[in-house]
Amino acid sequence: MTTAPILEIQDLRISLPPGGDRPYALEHLDLTVNPGEIVCLVGESGSGKSLAANAVMRLLPEPHVHVSAGRILLDGEDICAKSESEMRAIRGDRVAMIFQEPMTALNPQKTVGWQIDEVLRLHTDLDRKARRARALEILGDVHIPDPASAYNAYPHQISGGQRQRVMIAMALVLNPRLIIADEPTTALDVTTQKQILHLIKEMQRQHGTGILFITHDFGVVAEIADRIAVLRLGELVESGPAAQILNHPRHPYTQALIAAVPALTPPAHKDLSAAPVVLRAQGLAKTFAARGGLLSGRRQAVTAVRDLSFELRQGETLGVVGESGSGKTTVSRIVTRLLPPDRGEVVIGGRDLIHADRRQLRAMRRDIQMIFQDPMASLNPRKRVVDLIAQGPIVHGVPRAEAHARARELLSLVELSPAAAERYPHEFSGGQRQRIGIARAIAMQPKVIVADEPVSALDVSVQAQVLRLLADLRDRLNLSLLFVTHDLRVAAQLCDRIIVMQKGEIVETGPTAEVFADPRHNYTQALLASIPGRDWQPPKLTDAA
Amino acid sequence: MSLLLYLLRRLLQALPVILLIIVGSFLLIKLAPGDTVDALVGDMGGADPAFVARLRQEYGLDQPVLVQLWRYLVKLAQLDLGWSYVYEQPVTQVLASRLWVTLLLMLGALSSAFVVGVALGAFAARRAYSAADNIISTLGLVFYAMPSFFLALLLVLLFSVKLNWLPVGGIRDIGAFHTGWRLWLDIATHLLMPTLALSLIYLAFYMRLMRTSVLEVMDLDFVRTARAKGAGSSRLMFHHIMRNALLPVITLLGLQISTVLGGSVVIETIFSLPGLGQLAYTSVVKRDLNTLMGIIFLCSIIVVVVNILTDLVYAWLDPRIELK
Amino acid sequence: MSVPDIEPVLEPQLTRPSRAGVLWRRFRRNRAAMLGLVLFVAVVLAALLAGVITPGDPLRRVGVPLTAPFADPATPLGTDQLGRDILAGILHGARISLLIGVVATLISITIGILIGAVSGYFGGWIDDLLMRVTEAFQTIPSFVLLLALVAIFGSTIENIVIAIGIVSWTAPARMVRAEFMSLRKREFVDAARNLGVGNVSIIFREILPNALPPVIVFASVVMATSILMESALAFLALGDPNYASWGNMIGQGRAVLRTDWYCTVIPGIAILLTVLSFSLLGEGLNDVLNPRQKK
Repeated sequence: MTTAPILEIQDLRISLPPGGDRPYALEHLDLTVNPGEIVCLVGESGSGKSLAANAVMRLLPEPHVHVSAGRILLDGEDICAKSESEMRAIRGDRVAMIFQEPMTALNPQKTVGWQIDEVLRLHTDLDRKARRARALEILGDVHIPDPASAYNAYPHQISGGQRQRVMIAMALVLNPRLIIADEPTTALDVTTQKQILHLIKEMQRQHGTGILFITHDFGVVAEIADRIAVLRLGELVESGPAAQILNHPRHPYTQALIAAVPALTPPAHKDLSAAPVVLRAQGLAKTFAARGGLLSGRRQAVTAVRDLSFELRQGETLGVVGESGSGKTTVSRIVTRLLPPDRGEVVIGGRDLIHADRRQLRAMRRDIQMIFQDPMASLNPRKRVVDLIAQGPIVHGVPRAEAHARARELLSLVELSPAAAERYPHEFSGGQRQRIGIARAIAMQPKVIVADEPVSALDVSVQAQVLRLLADLRDRLNLSLLFVTHDLRVAAQLCDRIIVMQKGEIVETGPTAEVFADPRHNYTQALLASIPGRDWQPPKLTDAA
Repeated sequence: MSLLLYLLRRLLQALPVILLIIVGSFLLIKLAPGDTVDALVGDMGGADPAFVARLRQEYGLDQPVLVQLWRYLVKLAQLDLGWSYVYEQPVTQVLASRLWVTLLLMLGALSSAFVVGVALGAFAARRAYSAADNIISTLGLVFYAMPSFFLALLLVLLFSVKLNWLPVGGIRDIGAFHTGWRLWLDIATHLLMPTLALSLIYLAFYMRLMRTSVLEVMDLDFVRTARAKGAGSSRLMFHHIMRNALLPVITLLGLQISTVLGGSVVIETIFSLPGLGQLAYTSVVKRDLNTLMGIIFLCSIIVVVVNILTDLVYAWLDPRIELK
Repeated sequence: MSVPDIEPVLEPQLTRPSRAGVLWRRFRRNRAAMLGLVLFVAVVLAALLAGVITPGDPLRRVGVPLTAPFADPATPLGTDQLGRDILAGILHGARISLLIGVVATLISITIGILIGAVSGYFGGWIDDLLMRVTEAFQTIPSFVLLLALVAIFGSTIENIVIAIGIVSWTAPARMVRAEFMSLRKREFVDAARNLGVGNVSIIFREILPNALPPVIVFASVVMATSILMESALAFLALGDPNYASWGNMIGQGRAVLRTDWYCTVIPGIAILLTVLSFSLLGEGLNDVLNPRQKK
């Protein structure tokens, strides 16, 4: 394309308030977005990618965080030199933005129609009728089934995917030159994500809009990027055409990031049919009851899990995959009896955990341990690491000194320094906290470990390390893992067998390699087809970390 | 229709609480040394034991406490709150003649506190950490720390004693025999200082809460969305922030109704306003226990009704809440 | 934070500031909080030194009635219509206010924590029941209930303290309940249950320490309202007549408001400053315990 670029960022620097861990959030950033082009800005948390987006909108929390050098040219005009009222005229009209979390990004107290209407009211002279017609038209354009009823709906009354469509409609309604999309699909399920990515591409093709797409997910990048820029701790490490960066990354950081993306090639099937069954779940069911009766508000009963049975063998990793609402998290809570099921049994070592009395339950707790999703929330912030790890054994009668000594040994097993023992959880990074969580689970020497989305709160590179650690520990300690995840790439990397769940039921089960190669059920097929960047095979990089 | 059902359900829900209050306070009052008859006899300066016993029988005070409680509840179901020996009238009449004063006072104090508090709080938040904000926030702390009776006396000192602008007490000018709008004007001048004295502490509460609430809402995603749409700062404040930020303030308003009623005891006593608060004070001092029970009952009803109203306002402000 | 090669293993640092030190430094930066602390210390000193500076019964007659402040060095703040020393009243009154503030707050916070914790942790019918009781207490105007309690059990200082505690536990209970309801859903509680830790331990050792900071901040509000309640009682002449109380001084001063306003204004300012000190301390604690990005 020979047309002039829509957006040119030249040598941009964003300063942080003094006293932080670094003076600049972003330095020496150069970036160009041409008409009809999708440029992906990729980075992990702390890379400054979202601040770059906000800088283009001039929505930085000034004056504490501000642009201190460089230029941002929108159609050749420097945005940084504009007055606030000039900026107001630009925002929403020539540059629009789509955010990560559509639920919180929409005003809960205003109807969808009102919120789209506001853009038109702010930037056009159209009368009420014309505005309404335009809003309904754009809602139809983003494939909202019934635009008229969506127009009058409040954000909480429509689904997550619909909400993101509304956000996109709101961004597109005035045909802006540039759209900034800040992780627009991160909060969505894979199948919805696929539709939204498709929609963004479709819209961009129709209107020739330039898109600055911010994401941490290389799968998504592979799906839509024309060009890619990789950020690390505020520095641009590499940029170029998508094919080049995805397949021939030059910078070691890019190489490491790409190497950390789990490949979609499941491990060879281990034959474990001879291994003993350590956990057998039989006929589990859970319905969250409709609340109240005459005196309080009624809520519909939700069946989270219906008639679920499976077996886990010694040394096996069984993946439970599904989207939100599939009941997979409920499974992890029932199996550990953190949530009482309505029916069914969970047999560990010949005894039923579900119907165990208080004393038996206490004894059985040590056989089944859990690793939680959010490593910050799952560690009591007021306890030292050594106390966190030793707590379980102490509760089960191990003398304090012995438990502490063992806890310190476990720290080195999960590759943390012994000095970590005396510290509090907030002093660690996300990946380190998850290591502490793993050490706590292992300290009990359980027969089964249930891992509930243990890496979904972590950055890709950290995720890869934690997964590697888990796999390593599993093999060394011959652990049996029940691994709950929404991420099929992660499941492919770690699980021997998987269970695919939809709406509380198992729709398909089998060895991971077989399910991935030849999915039988429609839903499994849809799920696998939705994995972003499915057709991209991350290059095997010999010199990557 | 669904609104009617909702109201009905809320009233039904309130029943056990009100019953709990009545039973609790009835039993509590029975714990008091001395009953109505003792107080009566004390007032008369003594009487012979036979007369006392007959009086007791007449009032039903010779029965076991539970029987008395049951009789009280049965009479209450017929809206009969008993007899006030101090006022020589049925308690219902005593209450009815005084209710409007307290309601006026409460309404005036709360609405002015709410409007001014919310406006100042929003203003302070918009200019957070500026000089204006500091002045407003400091004033808020001082209002909050100011005992209402002290403030009332300072107001009297200034407006009645020094300036002679406003009447010291009473609800109207007894000798003037005003009628029509002049009567209402007269009542309004009499209520001005009491309302101000009662409202300042709540004003401080709402102001501080509104300030924090606005600051919190300002950081929410949808405000950023609105900014990204090109909305200016007043539009943000009025269309996006205020309405969301009001929610916790409404909740607090509902929770505080009963403290406002409590506060009116002191204020009404100082300004000799013939309302429920003053009545509560005199019935405690004169041991008019039937009246005291009646006041507690009536106040509970007021609180319940106002709570339902605030919940309706909340639901109106927040479409996520459904009245079912 | 996240670097592609293995995460940096923590190096033991040589100097790590203690938690208390960090908190104190944060507190000290807040000028308003420091002012609160100074005022608070002044009130405490007044209470401690009352017997030294103005020995003897503060309720006895020491001079000519209605001496203006600064007129007689023996009674620097003047005397009231009964010839009692106002300075003595202020200093001795500080004792009552502090006593009420601290003890009544302890009572109400303790009740509040117990009820709120049980209610929020267990939920279900226990929660329903306790919340009905809480609602009942919240529906009766607390000051009317206080009047009734004092009228029934008598206005001794002990009764007043207990009664104030009894009428002001509902707000802390609701607050603790809300904290517990949100904390019990946090994963670390599940983690503890999964380790086999019992309910009592979870409530008091896992959740409570995390739920406490906002309650501690709120305690300053309860203290302030307790003092205001006691002074209002005393103002209405329903306080303990055997002790000097600021509210009572104002109540008595009301009779001579037209001529000798200082009898009212001096104790009024004492209450104002004391309550202000608690509020400021509370704000400071809030900044310290729940730091949020500011500036």
